Amino acid sequence: MSYTFNSGMQSESNIEVHKYYGGVVTVVALLAIVIQAFLHRYGRWSEFADLPLLVTIYFGVSRRNPVSGMLLGAIIGIAQDALSHDNPIGLYGIAKTVVGYVASSVGARIDTEHPASRFALVFVLFHVHQGVLAFTERVLLNRPTPYFTVHLLIVSLVSAASAVVLFSLLDRLRRPS
Amino acid sequence: MPEILTRHRPLALLAALLIAQILLLAFQIKRHSDVRLIRYWASEIITPGEKAASWAFSGIGGIWHGYIDLRGAHSENVRLRQEVGQLELRNQELENTAAQAKRLSLLLDFREAHREARMVAAQVIGGSADLSSHTVFINKGERSGIRRDQAVITPDGIVGKVVEVSPDTAQVLLINDRNSGVGALFADTRTQGVLKGTGDPQPVLAYVTNDEKVHLGEVLLTSGEDRIFPKGLLIGIVTSFKPGYPFQTINVQTAARLDRLEDVLVLLSQEELHPKANSSAGNVVVGLPAEPKVEVPKTPQVAAAAPAPSPSPAPMNPGGNKSASPSAGRP
Repeated sequence: MSYTFNSGMQSESNIEVHKYYGGVVTVVALLAIVIQAFLHRYGRWSEFADLPLLVTIYFGVSRRNPVSGMLLGAIIGIAQDALSHDNPIGLYGIAKTVVGYVASSVGARIDTEHPASRFALVFVLFHVHQGVLAFTERVLLNRPTPYFTVHLLIVSLVSAASAVVLFSLLDRLRRPS
Repeated sequence: MPEILTRHRPLALLAALLIAQILLLAFQIKRHSDVRLIRYWASEIITPGEKAASWAFSGIGGIWHGYIDLRGAHSENVRLRQEVGQLELRNQELENTAAQAKRLSLLLDFREAHREARMVAAQVIGGSADLSSHTVFINKGERSGIRRDQAVITPDGIVGKVVEVSPDTAQVLLINDRNSGVGALFADTRTQGVLKGTGDPQPVLAYVTNDEKVHLGEVLLTSGEDRIFPKGLLIGIVTSFKPGYPFQTINVQTAARLDRLEDVLVLLSQEELHPKANSSAGNVVVGLPAEPKVEVPKTPQVAAAAPAPSPSPAPMNPGGNKSASPSAGRP
């Protein structure tokens, strides 16, 4: 639990904005995409940890800057689209842009250092991401993508649990304040 | 309006980003075209990382499978070695069985070819403890009708004679033992002599005078004069000879492999064996078409004074020649 202040947001003055060493965000985001693309070759179980989504959420809630959060989400999402062969560019981009924005906005208002809050936040944002993705696919691509299934519920729970571990590892990359 | 945008800058940027991406999507859907440039750059940026990840993953996998994950390797190795040992043993057993079946088949063929002759098949079960004597024990004895001084043969040639008999075993004196003597004659010239053991693997033919012409590879048969072996059984071939005083020294290679005896036949009488026509049951009896298994050495030990070998002495083929009848051409 950290007791901090937010220099950028006057209304939530007790929330700390975390800084990272130069290039950390870029490298971690790149690694997340690379690992996700690599793990995808080894079966469907890679979907249980959507690393690009988790990285988007993590840096969104840590930096607490909606602009950088949504930009990071947009870049990661577009990169994911670009690496897939059947998705038009923008599909994941839109979903992760929204997630990045929401994550950074939420991170600026509540404490996201506790594992339980991280678990809940990732669980919710996973479904936000899926909701936006399904909506976009249904409206723009005319694909019958479901908003919610039991499988998605399980995946979201596993992703949330994975996020708790991953976020604690990524916390080590923070620059001391 | 600008004030609103400034005040809600993040929201405005969000809207702009979403609209831009929606337009991009709409463009791709409408035109059925792709934004290849973005995909190209994404691929260029990501694929080196993927290659590195793949390399690292395979390296780690190799280390894991090659060094760390070897918990069961030792026990598996032990199990496989045991399995290989068992299979080798089994293979050896099968080979032995096949060899034995072949030998017994030869014996049976021989027995079938000489139904009129009374004989008993026996297995060699042991040898002599004395290195200087050439004797073996067989697993048949008095109970099987075996008596002293009966001839012991194989389908390849003669082996020896029975010297001691117990109810269930018998001792056989091999023809290369120094106490052995067998009446012999040359298949072609019918010159007679006595095959004597020397204690060495090869016996010698004694009592052949120097004026008798001997050829390398000449076939030697039993003469029947010893009243043990029936006349006409194959003994072996001449491998070397030299003049001596008063008789020649003639070394003979036995047709039967005396050092590898396993199954033998004991002739219960001294009746001559009359093989059936076209029989292939071994070559122990003159007149059988089968090729003998003995070979003439390429560099025979012939004394300088010895007569030159005959032009074609090599394959010993007692069959189909004038000695088809054991008594024919006898001197």
